[in-house]
Amino acid sequence: MRLLIIEDDRDAADYLVKAFREVGHVADHAADGEEGLALAVDGGYDVLIVDRMLPKRDGLSVIGVLRDKGIGTPALILSALGQVDDRVKGLRAGGDDYLVKPYSFAELLARVEVLARRRGGREETVYRVADLALDRLSHRVTRGEDEILLQPREFRLLEFLMKHAGQVVTRTMLLENVWDYHFDPQTNVIDVHISRLRSKIDKGFTPPLLHTIRGAGYMIRDGAR
Amino acid sequence: MTALGKLLRTTAFRLTLVYLVLFALYAALLLFFFALNARRLVTEQITTTVNAEVAGLTEQYERGGIVRLGQVVEIRSRRPGSSLYLFATPLGQGIAGNVASLEPGILNQKGWVEATYRRLDAPEGNEHHALVLVSELPGGFHLLVGRDIEERQRIYDIITTAGRWSMAAVLVLGLGGGFFVSRRILRRVDAMTEKSQTIMAGNLSNRLPVAGTGDELDRLALNVNAMLDRIEGLMRGFREVSDNVAHDLKTPLTRLRNRCEAALRNAKTEADYRAALDSTIEESAELIRTFDALLMIARAESGEAGRDMAEFDAAEIAHGVAELYEPVAEEKGLRLVVEAPGPAMVRGHRELVSQALANLVDNAIKYAAPVPQLVPAGGGGGPDQPPPAITVTAGVAGDHVALTVADRGPGIPADQRAHAVERFVRLEQSRSQPGSGLGLSLASAIAHLHHGELRLEDNAPGLRTVLVLPRAGPQRSD
Repeated sequence: MRLLIIEDDRDAADYLVKAFREVGHVADHAADGEEGLALAVDGGYDVLIVDRMLPKRDGLSVIGVLRDKGIGTPALILSALGQVDDRVKGLRAGGDDYLVKPYSFAELLARVEVLARRRGGREETVYRVADLALDRLSHRVTRGEDEILLQPREFRLLEFLMKHAGQVVTRTMLLENVWDYHFDPQTNVIDVHISRLRSKIDKGFTPPLLHTIRGAGYMIRDGAR
Repeated sequence: MTALGKLLRTTAFRLTLVYLVLFALYAALLLFFFALNARRLVTEQITTTVNAEVAGLTEQYERGGIVRLGQVVEIRSRRPGSSLYLFATPLGQGIAGNVASLEPGILNQKGWVEATYRRLDAPEGNEHHALVLVSELPGGFHLLVGRDIEERQRIYDIITTAGRWSMAAVLVLGLGGGFFVSRRILRRVDAMTEKSQTIMAGNLSNRLPVAGTGDELDRLALNVNAMLDRIEGLMRGFREVSDNVAHDLKTPLTRLRNRCEAALRNAKTEADYRAALDSTIEESAELIRTFDALLMIARAESGEAGRDMAEFDAAEIAHGVAELYEPVAEEKGLRLVVEAPGPAMVRGHRELVSQALANLVDNAIKYAAPVPQLVPAGGGGGPDQPPPAITVTAGVAGDHVALTVADRGPGIPADQRAHAVERFVRLEQSRSQPGSGLGLSLASAIAHLHHGELRLEDNAPGLRTVLVLPRAGPQRSD
């Protein structure tokens, strides 16, 4: 995956470039808005990571110009401004996701991978991971021959996890996408919901499909692969 | 600016001046008309008298000719307070009358005329003015009858003099009064200005003087003082918060640093380092969480978030938040139920209200005590279900919507409830629980942002927290 990081803080940018390379991605760096825009227009990137406050041209304007030119490369906005209205502004400007500083690299990586996948992703009616199947139209979930009964919220939780099967999904991503809450619920409520879901889809079946990724979040994946 | 200049510039003095000019103009106009009318009245009286005399004398002339007229004129001339008479030949030589000298040419003008004359009995040089009627008798003889108008002039003079004097008195009194009133107001305003300068210089506990008369200056002073009370309260809160922030953030930062130093000193294996780093990350995540909560409180208190308000159903929020926390409660063996049947529309910030309620539920789960399964007959709950340990309700009450979270835990003693809402406050009994001590303050700040309030009440036993928000929409409560 090719990434462009537009960030004026040299230390933060170096850290990100290094961290993304370590996990096997290619990352380029632009130190201001104009340079970032020029690199992004030349294309070839799968995801842009754009700091909101940049010299010469601010992050939202970079994304706005790209969208005006018809360039739809997914963009993730990084910002210290984390209130709901700031997010809304960022997403309206054409950003695809919004992450508030300070963030953990695991969170950023998970979101970037989801964005990169979304690009080519087509919407399927039935998600499958190993022998677990989720039908988005009939709302039926089966594992092997057995039908699994889920509460509506559990269904949406599983749906989101299976849509991003094989990718790490963080707790905040779940809270934002499944519950539509953008605040920190203090206690790790998500963990409890996950363990409930796990007891329904994994208990009594092998192999386990819903994995906890330490320090990052969760992933649904076929353990055999 | 000189003291006098300042005085002359006051609103009170300017108002006095305007009123004074208006009043003086009115008085002058009144006096002028009065004088004019008095003069007209006197003139009318003179002409009536003279006309009657002329009619009488003409009759005498018609009856007895020149001789008779001459006699009558002589007799009338000698009466005290008589009119002026002059009976003259066609050439102007006097035959009878009481006029010694007359302005030349008067006798040749027929009709009414004002003339200067001297009476026969008056000394030389004592000329008077008179209004006279000159008529020509058959045969070219002239008859002049008139009355002195000095009196008319005197009345006119008295009135104008009185007018001038009273005008002067009005001016002096008005200006004096204006000075007095303006000086009084100016003194009060100066006192206020002085006080506000000391307040600006940093003495926030000072207040503007209030005279106690309840006038507009007092009202202004009272309002400004109320504003100062609020500002002082905010400043005090701000100072306390800064102190608390410094303290509550320094403690975990010190812990963080100590742990890193200990790891550098003692760690032998990679696993040791990993454990130290893990705990460092955890600690910093906690710090970030605290910062976020502080920022949220600041944003809510500044009213900034008040811009994107919308109408939403509080009952739906109650169900959503309860659904999020229900598994957590269950894991602790607590039954959490929601009682929010109907729409309870609120105008506000959906996300923030959700967060406030989430904080309250989170709090309740932390402190709630499970209710024993076995309840005495007649107690609540079904045969299998224990009574709920935590109840979340949403409902309309008058023109408010109340979101309530009730638990059956230890509760908060009445005298500590107000304290519990303050930032970073963690009551003794809760020191053992994890948390930033900001949950209730954030809920309270969010309630205030919506012009509502957060109430802590006794649930006997336990704590009942009520988030009171103003109701939206036209629907009536039953």
